[in-house]
Amino acid sequence: MHETMVAQNLLATISDEAVKQNAKPLSAKISCGTLNAINDDALCFAFEAIAKGTNCEGIKLEIEHKPIQGQCKNCNERFDVVISHPYCPECNSENFDLLPDAPLMLEEIEFETE
Amino acid sequence: MKVNVGKKILKANEEYALENRHLLTEQKKLCLNMISSPGSGKTTILIRTINELKDKIKIGVIEGDVQTDLDAERIRATQAPVIQIETKGACHLNAAQVNRALSNLPINNLDLIFIENVGNLVCPSAFELGESGKIAVLSVVEGDDKPAKYPAIFARAKVLLINKLDLLEAGAQVDFDIERVKADTRKLNKGIKIFAISAKTGAGFAGWYDWLEKEVKNLRGR
Repeated sequence: MHETMVAQNLLATISDEAVKQNAKPLSAKISCGTLNAINDDALCFAFEAIAKGTNCEGIKLEIEHKPIQGQCKNCNERFDVVISHPYCPECNSENFDLLPDAPLMLEEIEFETE
Repeated sequence: MKVNVGKKILKANEEYALENRHLLTEQKKLCLNMISSPGSGKTTILIRTINELKDKIKIGVIEGDVQTDLDAERIRATQAPVIQIETKGACHLNAAQVNRALSNLPINNLDLIFIENVGNLVCPSAFELGESGKIAVLSVVEGDDKPAKYPAIFARAKVLLINKLDLLEAGAQVDFDIERVKADTRKLNKGIKIFAISAKTGAGFAGWYDWLEKEVKNLRGR
C-alpha cells in the first residue's frame, strides 16, 4: 500500500526530468531491492491513477527487482541471497552478513523524439 | 531518446531521515522505531517499559496511527511526553512527520525516543526515519511463520520482542514454536537480540531493560 507514496515521489521525479528535457516521457525504468516490498501491480496501478492529466499520463513502468546480497563469513564469497533458503552457494555456510538492500531508483526515462 | 537518471525515488524521505539522524546523533539520543502488526502489544510494552525504567531512563514517544490519539492518551497517563501522528490512511510513518514530531518533543530532557509506527508488518520497514535501530514485535497469536513470510522487518531489526508469552504459558490453544521463530529470524539476521516477554505480566523484561540501558549508556559515553 506504500506504493502510492512511492508513485507520488516517482511522478514528481519524472516530471522534473521531463521539464528539464522539454520532452514527453514514454517509459521509465525503475530498480528496487528485495526488502523494499514493492508490488509491481500496485505501483503501476497507483502511478496510472495519479499520472492522469499530467505530462506523465500513459507512461509504461518497467520494474527491476535486484536480489539482496550476502557476504559469507566462512569463505568471503559475495552472493545473491535466496530469502527462503539463505546460505552461501560456494561453501554451504549459513554464516553470512546481509549486505544493504538496493534503494528504490529511477534508472532511465525514454522520451518522445520529435 | 533515452536518458539516464539514477535518482533515488524516496530522496525526499531520505533527506529528512538524514536530518533526524544528525539531530539525534548530535544530541546523543537513542531512537527506536517499533514495527509490528496491529495488536501485537507495542503500546502495552511501551507503557510497562516507561513505568519500570522511570528512575533510570527518560523516555519520550512518537505515536503513529491511522486514526485517533487513543495510544497517545494511554502513554500520557505515564507522564512521559508524547506526540501523536495521525496518518489519515497512510500505512507507515515517513521521516518528515517524525521530523516535525521531534521538534515538538522536549528531547533535551530525554534519553530515549520510541517511535511507535503504524501497525503493519510490511510498509513501515521500507521507510527510514533516521532512527538508531528498529525493534520488531511479534505476538504469539500471530503464528510462528511470520519471520519467513515477512522477512523485511525481521532481517533489519536490532531486537525482536516476542510478546504475549503468558498465553503460551497459560496453555492457550496457540500453536507457536518460539525456537522456529528464533531460527528463521537468525537465518537473515545473525546479530539480532531476541527476548520473549509478556507485557501483561512483565515476564522476560529484564533482558530487554538490560539491552536498553546498555544502548543508552554507550551513546552517552561516546
